Amino acid sequence: MQSFAYAAPETVEQVIAVLQEHSQAGKPAQILAGGTDLLVQIRSVDGSARTIVDVKKLPETNRLEIGASEIYVGAAIPGAVLTANTDLKARLPGLVEAIDLIGSTQIQGRASLGGNLCNASPAGDTIPALIANAGRCQIAGPAGTRELPVEEFVTGVGTNALGEGELLLGICFTPPAARTSDAYLRFIPRTEMDIAVAGAGVSVTLDEKGICTAARVSICAVAPTVLLVPAAADALIGTSLDDEALAAAGAACTAASSPISDKRGTAEYRRKVVAVLCKRAAGIAAERARGSH
Amino acid sequence: MSEALDTREYKVIGSRVVRPDGIDKVTGRAAFGADLNLPGMLLGVVLRSPHAHARIKSIDTSKAQAMDGVYAVITGADFPNASETEDPALSANVMAREKVLYHGHAVAAVAATSMAIANAAAAAIEVDYEPLKPVLSLDEAMADGATIIDEQLRTAGADEASDTPTNVAQFMRLDRGDVEQGFAEADVIVEGEFATPTVHQGYIEPHACVATINEGGQANVWCSTQGHFDVRSLAAKVLKINVADLRVTASEIGGGFGGKTTIYLEPVAIVMSGKARRPVKMTMTREEVFRASGPASATKSRIKIGAKSDGTLTAMQAWIGYEAGAFPGGPLAPGLMCVFAPYNAPNFLIEGVDVLVNKPKVAAYRAPGAPQAMYAGECMMDELARKLKIDPIDLRILNAVEEGSTATYGPKFKAIGFKACLEAAKAHPNYTRQLAEGEGRGIAAGFWFNAGMQSSAEVHVNENGTVTVIEGNPDIGGSRASMALMAAEELGIPYEQIRVIVADTESAGYTNVTGGSRVTFATGMAVIQASRDIITQLKERAAATWGIEEELVEWEDGHAVPKPGVNADVQPLSLADIAGNAGRTGGPILGRASLNARGAGPGFSVNLADVKIDRETGKVDVTRFTAIQDAGKAIHPSYVEGQMQGGAAQGIGWALNEEYIYDADGVMENAGFLDYRVPVASDLPMIDTQIIEIPNPTHPYGVRGVGETPIVAPLAAVANAVRDATGIRISELPLSPPRVLEALDAAEE
Repeated sequence: MQSFAYAAPETVEQVIAVLQEHSQAGKPAQILAGGTDLLVQIRSVDGSARTIVDVKKLPETNRLEIGASEIYVGAAIPGAVLTANTDLKARLPGLVEAIDLIGSTQIQGRASLGGNLCNASPAGDTIPALIANAGRCQIAGPAGTRELPVEEFVTGVGTNALGEGELLLGICFTPPAARTSDAYLRFIPRTEMDIAVAGAGVSVTLDEKGICTAARVSICAVAPTVLLVPAAADALIGTSLDDEALAAAGAACTAASSPISDKRGTAEYRRKVVAVLCKRAAGIAAERARGSH
Repeated sequence: MSEALDTREYKVIGSRVVRPDGIDKVTGRAAFGADLNLPGMLLGVVLRSPHAHARIKSIDTSKAQAMDGVYAVITGADFPNASETEDPALSANVMAREKVLYHGHAVAAVAATSMAIANAAAAAIEVDYEPLKPVLSLDEAMADGATIIDEQLRTAGADEASDTPTNVAQFMRLDRGDVEQGFAEADVIVEGEFATPTVHQGYIEPHACVATINEGGQANVWCSTQGHFDVRSLAAKVLKINVADLRVTASEIGGGFGGKTTIYLEPVAIVMSGKARRPVKMTMTREEVFRASGPASATKSRIKIGAKSDGTLTAMQAWIGYEAGAFPGGPLAPGLMCVFAPYNAPNFLIEGVDVLVNKPKVAAYRAPGAPQAMYAGECMMDELARKLKIDPIDLRILNAVEEGSTATYGPKFKAIGFKACLEAAKAHPNYTRQLAEGEGRGIAAGFWFNAGMQSSAEVHVNENGTVTVIEGNPDIGGSRASMALMAAEELGIPYEQIRVIVADTESAGYTNVTGGSRVTFATGMAVIQASRDIITQLKERAAATWGIEEELVEWEDGHAVPKPGVNADVQPLSLADIAGNAGRTGGPILGRASLNARGAGPGFSVNLADVKIDRETGKVDVTRFTAIQDAGKAIHPSYVEGQMQGGAAQGIGWALNEEYIYDADGVMENAGFLDYRVPVASDLPMIDTQIIEIPNPTHPYGVRGVGETPIVAPLAAVANAVRDATGIRISELPLSPPRVLEALDAAEE
């Protein structure tokens, strides 16, 4: 057995203090939310002592607010709570379907949105959906609270923008405007228990005539970090989201990709499939936007 | 021995009773390989090779030995010389000696008071390797100038003996007639080349054992195995110890599929227990299971079939190469014997090779060798049907073997169910169901010999008339229930009055593995005979009680009764009556039987697969699957259906996504269930089953083995369905999305 210290502060200030204290002493401290990534990672590292800082006891990481001017999702809320929230599902269906892809039913009882983001996997399923919805990270730290767009939060494979003593409290969204909706699709060779070979999150806004006036497209597992693809959005904006526009957006995703070949898929395959996913996700988002008022 | 078929009407067998081990298994109480803990027990780990092929120059264990909490550190030097044992390859696979032959090959082992200490000690062992070029495929291994894995190896069975070192361990040929003449007579000829990857059985329970050796040198081993008598004999060979000094108890087993018919950890744990003078537990991680247990052979094959325009076969030719892994012994012979076994071909030539590569030594996997061979053969039968424009089932019916046909592998078939399966497939609603857009349908046949081999059984009558059956086959597929059903049928008592015990090597008579689809057939036959032994004794006891001649007593519905017409004023005696009185009629009643079962009836199957292809991603979904199989007589139909569904699930996984992915250095890149993709429940449709019962004439109830045949046909059934849906023959497994998409795109260009 490995031994490690465990702290579960009840205030943000205390969390920051524990994190700072460890980092200044040169000892590792790791933040625990649901733990579904962390506990697996702990097993595969050396047995040296470490401190686990549980952020599940903070009100700020557990708050879920779906307001008229802002949607706030606490970083440590389990996926199962979010997927069961019909209001959230109505507002951000693509984000909720991305959350629902992470882990089995049992895992979703613990796995959190914030954890999936902080883990910063190139294949993290919620990240494209967060980026497509222009999510903003609420980060607390020694210097106070700051806000950062999700697309700037992930800095590399497994690394994020959290500095010394910082933690992610939650994600904010501007509630979707009328005729706005989103979708997320990933490709896996199976139906469950797998990691995205490629993924695409798309949000679109339509005008009353069904012309796309705004769009965000984000893709995963085709580059070291999840990408925002403005060229794909540009291919959608100003169109009626017809097949030609969707295909052009897909092609833009292929062009933006710089995938590797590995055990989960070849680079060539990922470039092809990310276009298919973008096209299909945009189609679903458009359908949803047409149905929303 | 074999038995004449008994044609009476059955009362108990064929019913769907609850298996006695079931509740403990689903509630988590059953004790598996890793669940035994003994006082003072140490935990052992294996240090494994980081190279696929290297010479071991030196091993320094001194730092590991010196660590607190470390009780034993061993290397190959702690084992008898491999070359002086009865099975040098097994010995060298259990622990490497001069060379490591695959990534993950055991090099040393440590037993310590905790896993953390054992792992730290293993990491402190210094091994100096001289890396050698790894040989990673059949083509590489057989190429001119190939790196030689074993300088001593010469090809067994070669037409001309050669003294040149080679990686080809064996050559084999089966032939009849004149295949060239047969092709000359053909109106139509189809030819194709196929490849299948290394795959793993994927049993859920990793290998695990606890070994303890006493001061007198007698060892006890508790382990997860398909055959504890085999663990005993194999471990005794590796360690050069007397089998009488080794007692093996089989734990409950979480799957084996052939992969637990050999040994890996047991001799290591025994040696460390001897050194440490403490019990030692060893458990493989999932990663170790993938890297260092025995997967199934990758293969390459070439098939050529000729037929007259009416579909009558004139010639069949096959060449199949099996990767053996690091030591000889891939399933070459059974593969070659199966490939065309369902068909009457006047002329055939079947050849193949068993080839060393720097991968783990393969082990048995459900119908070893047959899925790979029949994947290729049945794909070509499909192509032949297409070329002839004949229904693929009709083509097979036209050429099917039947009672009296001479099998490609020699013997004449007795009653078999191949045509019955084909006719059932043709009549099945799933064969004519309308396909949706983008769907395709494939059919394929499966064949497996089934085994008999040695079994023992004892039946003890308890004082209240309940019965205990003692046998020696670890229960994987519900065999306790099947044994109890057969004893109940014979004795005429309810199933619930019977308990079945899987006893250890010192408590049960010698019994071969739970493998070869043999348990219900062979051990079942022993249970039937032991029950009949009991009935003879029960009749004697009744005769003695009544004071009449034994010949005048019959056993009927669980009671001794006088034969019709016998003038005796007596009441029938139940089993409980006789058991309760046994002390006064000669003492306890116990029956036994031991046998070497012959005449295992071959199993045939036909599978129908419907698939849907996503044209843009290359993903294949199996939308409908139908397994039809001859069981001879289904003792417990649910467990027969379970075998058929389980085999289909594994075969579909083999067809669609399962494969060992190696890097250029021979390191497996996907050694975990995340990236070694067995199908999950939601990947599969409900697998429809239809049991055909053409009795095996050499078993009293007509039983045939059913465990292995189910995995043979699905590979080709799925591949033929993909061919049907896409119009393209992709001749390499798995039919993973990237491979299918590449083929679809290439066909469009």
